[in-house]
Amino acid sequence: MESRQKVTTPTNVYFVDGVRTPFGRAGEKGMYHNTRADDLAAKAIAGLMARNPDVPAERIDEVIIAATSQQGDQGLTLGRTAALLAGLPESVPGFAIDRMCAGAMTSVTTACGGIGIGAYDFALAGGVEHMGRHPFGTVVDPNPRLAAEGLVSPEALNMGATAERIHDRFPELTKERADRFAMHSQHKTHTAYQAGKIQPDLVPVAVTDSDGAMSLAVEDEGRRPETTMEGLAGLRTPFRPHGKVTAGTSSPLTDGATISLLAGSRAVEEFGLAPKMGLVSFAFAGVDPEIMGIGPIPSTEKALRKAGLTIDDIGLFELNEAFAIQVLSLLDHFSIEDDDPRVNPWGGAIAMGHPLAATGVRLMTQLAAQFAERPDVQYGLTAMCVGLGQGGSVIWENPHYNGRRN
Amino acid sequence: MSLGQYDQTDFSEINSISANEVPTRARVRDITLSSGRVLALITLCSEQPGRPNTLWAASLTELKHVLDELKGRATAGEIHAVGIIGSGRAFSAGADLSMMPAIASRDAAMQLAQLGHHALGRLSDLGVPSFGFINGTALGGGLEIALHTSYRTIHPSAVLGLPEVGIGLLPGWGGTFLLPNLIGVDAAIKIMVSDALKNRGTVAAAQAVELGIVDALFPASNFLEDSLKWADSILTGSSSVIRDQQPNADVRGTLWTEAVEAERCRLARKVGIVPKAPYAALELIEKAKDGDRKAAFEREDQAFAELILGEQFEASLYAFNTVQKLSKRPSGAPDSASARKVTKVGIIGAGLMARQFALLFATRLRVPVLLNDLDEFRVTEAVSRIHEEIGGLEAKGRLDHDTANRIRSLILASTDLADYADCDFVIEAVFEETRIKQKALASIEPIISAEAVLATNTSSLSVEEIGTALENPERLVGFHFFNPVAAMPLLEIVSTPMTNQETLATAFATAKALGKTAVLTADVPGFVVNRILAKVMGEAAHAIEQGTSLETVERAFASLLLPMSPIELIDLVGWKVAAHVQDTMHDAFPDRFFASENFHRLASIQGDVLERDENGRVVGWTHAAQEVLETGVAPIGMTDLLHRIQDGLANEARIMLSERVVSNVEDLDLCLLLGAGWPYINGGLTPYLDRVGASRRSFGATFHEGKHVAAPIL
Repeated sequence: MESRQKVTTPTNVYFVDGVRTPFGRAGEKGMYHNTRADDLAAKAIAGLMARNPDVPAERIDEVIIAATSQQGDQGLTLGRTAALLAGLPESVPGFAIDRMCAGAMTSVTTACGGIGIGAYDFALAGGVEHMGRHPFGTVVDPNPRLAAEGLVSPEALNMGATAERIHDRFPELTKERADRFAMHSQHKTHTAYQAGKIQPDLVPVAVTDSDGAMSLAVEDEGRRPETTMEGLAGLRTPFRPHGKVTAGTSSPLTDGATISLLAGSRAVEEFGLAPKMGLVSFAFAGVDPEIMGIGPIPSTEKALRKAGLTIDDIGLFELNEAFAIQVLSLLDHFSIEDDDPRVNPWGGAIAMGHPLAATGVRLMTQLAAQFAERPDVQYGLTAMCVGLGQGGSVIWENPHYNGRRN
Repeated sequence: MSLGQYDQTDFSEINSISANEVPTRARVRDITLSSGRVLALITLCSEQPGRPNTLWAASLTELKHVLDELKGRATAGEIHAVGIIGSGRAFSAGADLSMMPAIASRDAAMQLAQLGHHALGRLSDLGVPSFGFINGTALGGGLEIALHTSYRTIHPSAVLGLPEVGIGLLPGWGGTFLLPNLIGVDAAIKIMVSDALKNRGTVAAAQAVELGIVDALFPASNFLEDSLKWADSILTGSSSVIRDQQPNADVRGTLWTEAVEAERCRLARKVGIVPKAPYAALELIEKAKDGDRKAAFEREDQAFAELILGEQFEASLYAFNTVQKLSKRPSGAPDSASARKVTKVGIIGAGLMARQFALLFATRLRVPVLLNDLDEFRVTEAVSRIHEEIGGLEAKGRLDHDTANRIRSLILASTDLADYADCDFVIEAVFEETRIKQKALASIEPIISAEAVLATNTSSLSVEEIGTALENPERLVGFHFFNPVAAMPLLEIVSTPMTNQETLATAFATAKALGKTAVLTADVPGFVVNRILAKVMGEAAHAIEQGTSLETVERAFASLLLPMSPIELIDLVGWKVAAHVQDTMHDAFPDRFFASENFHRLASIQGDVLERDENGRVVGWTHAAQEVLETGVAPIGMTDLLHRIQDGLANEARIMLSERVVSNVEDLDLCLLLGAGWPYINGGLTPYLDRVGASRRSFGATFHEGKHVAAPIL
């Protein structure tokens, strides 16, 4: 058969912009208790479009929104519903996607794939998780074969237990090290907030309090800047009697949404945009579900290999802090110090919260903001672990890089 | 600090009648805007979840205290702006109408107006700008809240209105002063007077921007967020508003007065001079031109108190509540669970009425509708006429193309009765004669299923008698529509002693699906509306027969404020029809309904019966009419005639209630309000009869005891 000319043309892929809602504490006392998940996603989209007025909404070729629990207000193929709710033209298509904690990251890599082969000019990619309304693991029906045939340990569905498992495997990763990492996360986030680093990429959300009063959510709700080593040492270990993982070294249950605008080279040129990051490579990898937290190690190795880079080329790391111990396992693997200033310079999920399928784009938005401040950095890594034993890594290039590494 | 306008006003009377008030809380949250300025946002939340917030004494007092506190904080530099919004989907429903009957004294009435001015007026006297974020419906006092603020934003689905004049009242919390001074006198008159009188005086969001009532419209997805961002830009000076519609000095001159005068003349022609509210509102609007807010509010207090205690408002509120209540829950409707599902409708006939039915049923029920006639040509003709109607609706944008296609495809026609076999509901629209209707229905009955419901469309025949031709008369019900079928909201559902519950339930469910307000009536001549109209026409005929001048008859009837005098109504429906109706009613009730030979005589003449002036107003009989009329020599005087009309109506209404033609007096008034367009300020009929003493004269009692005002749910 005669081969036809390809209808698509490969192109570079850019992260043009990213925003998120402030993250709220899940549950009755949280600021989003009366706010729907799909509305959070829609408000993030509306906020992103409002600050990119040069991009015509009708030119968006896809809207991909991730959620871990795709039911109720997170059901009904979120990318489509959120786009409609945000007031995007009905001609803009969308869908929902799921890779648990790496949901938004997968929205981005999926969109990047479509842009990279030239099928999309612009795509919106992000995620939402209202953990107050959809606690992880409710209304699931794991196949009995997973346990019966030893495919997945029942412990693997309890993320805290998988974090304890990392302590089992790497005794040198002590509780004290995890506590210290967690405390630093809180302090770094506090410092970043005080310096106004986080706020510019937050989209305020109108909320209704329990007494009916309307208000505006403008900041992450779960931060604990007062955290001390003493305080952390005294916390109980809910996942295992006399264990090592505490609420203080875990990311809190969180409600929130994120969204990013991605584009190919031609679209960037056509509209004279100034992208914040360029895609270098991405990779996902699987590990034993029982110790899912080490997933980012193989995925990062894979992404580096595909990019032809080594870990030493990475100038900034945005690593999801599902658990402190899980970040430490990656750092140790690559011989990076626990308090290396390249790692999560503005803190992470332990302080800001981790609305599962939304977090990936938060990592990217923060890396993009840091790129702008650091023309000495050429490459950055966003990486995260995923339930059921996976890791995801995306390597980005800094368009502000001036060729002079510090 | 100097004393404000109402700082020393005594509010004890209005406060003493707020025990049953559903409180509206004014919750405050400080919001730090991106400029760093702080906006204190007030959310008005009803204590009753899901209810739009309403205002009464306690709620207004709380709002006033909150605003006082915010003024203090503004003075202290803690806040830089105040915003106000409603919780849920409504901004505010305004004054709580269900509390109005509690007002029994002029002091209480005055104080309600004064307290509203006192509390809402604070919004323009905070020392910092105030913002109304109109997130949803804002009616009456609800809109007045926002009119007191410095700036307003609006949600796309919000609807605004000052409908008070339509229920015999006027905007009493600043509306008659603030609105004309914001958007000009013409637009203000249209909203507060002309549209309000039509009981559909609402303004959509986009229109509100155009008229200058609000400053900015923001999308639903981000309404409050965008409104706050915009408020910040106003505060920092990076945005400003231009109010083109605000009246300038030129307009404040003679144009203002001329606009008011023109509306007065229009009203006098249209509704006469009896209704007080529109004229009172016009007077306030006229005086609002001097821009003296304090004096205007005081005038408003007086006028509001005057109307609120008046019988026109009392009757209007009764009418309003009756329509609201019974439109939602018709009295006498059986449990809808026993209604049969209607998946195909049969209409017997293909004439004008059949075509109107077909369009209505297909448009509203969205099920196939089958018409029939004896010959192919006539059914084809009927279908193409209906398609033309649908095309017209499509051209006007009332139906989109797909929906128009869908409805066109639902219109079926046949000459073969067998095609009715799968109809669940069949209504006949054949000539108004018992035997013809019997034949039509009996011919269909063996074809349709045993469960299918049959309806007869009659305005005067006995449904029970029609049913005698049927095997299963228990499945027959009367459906009396009003003309034009698509527009008139009322449907009289006629039940015979044979009609079973399933049939009745199906009839009510179908009426609801058709968008009609249904009233259950007994199977008696004229049912409700036509019986009362026949009574009115009969009284006119009787007076004419006695030799009373047409002018006297017309003047006597004018006091009933009917949309059309009986003589004009007869001229519209036709003298032959009227003569026939009077004969029928006279046969049924010979001592109370007047059969008019003169109507038969007038029906026989060629050309016009009535002489009209260039405005179409009736001025007398034509020569041709005078030649055939046979009248007596004992004309009745206007006052006597009016009493005879009123007393006759009171007696008839009482008999109808005692015969249980309808189950209660509200149903009777509902029929006249919706089926005959009788005025709200008369409460339909019976509050008027009580008011003018006819009830007492006629049967020594009244239809209503004291304040006949039920609690409404807005």
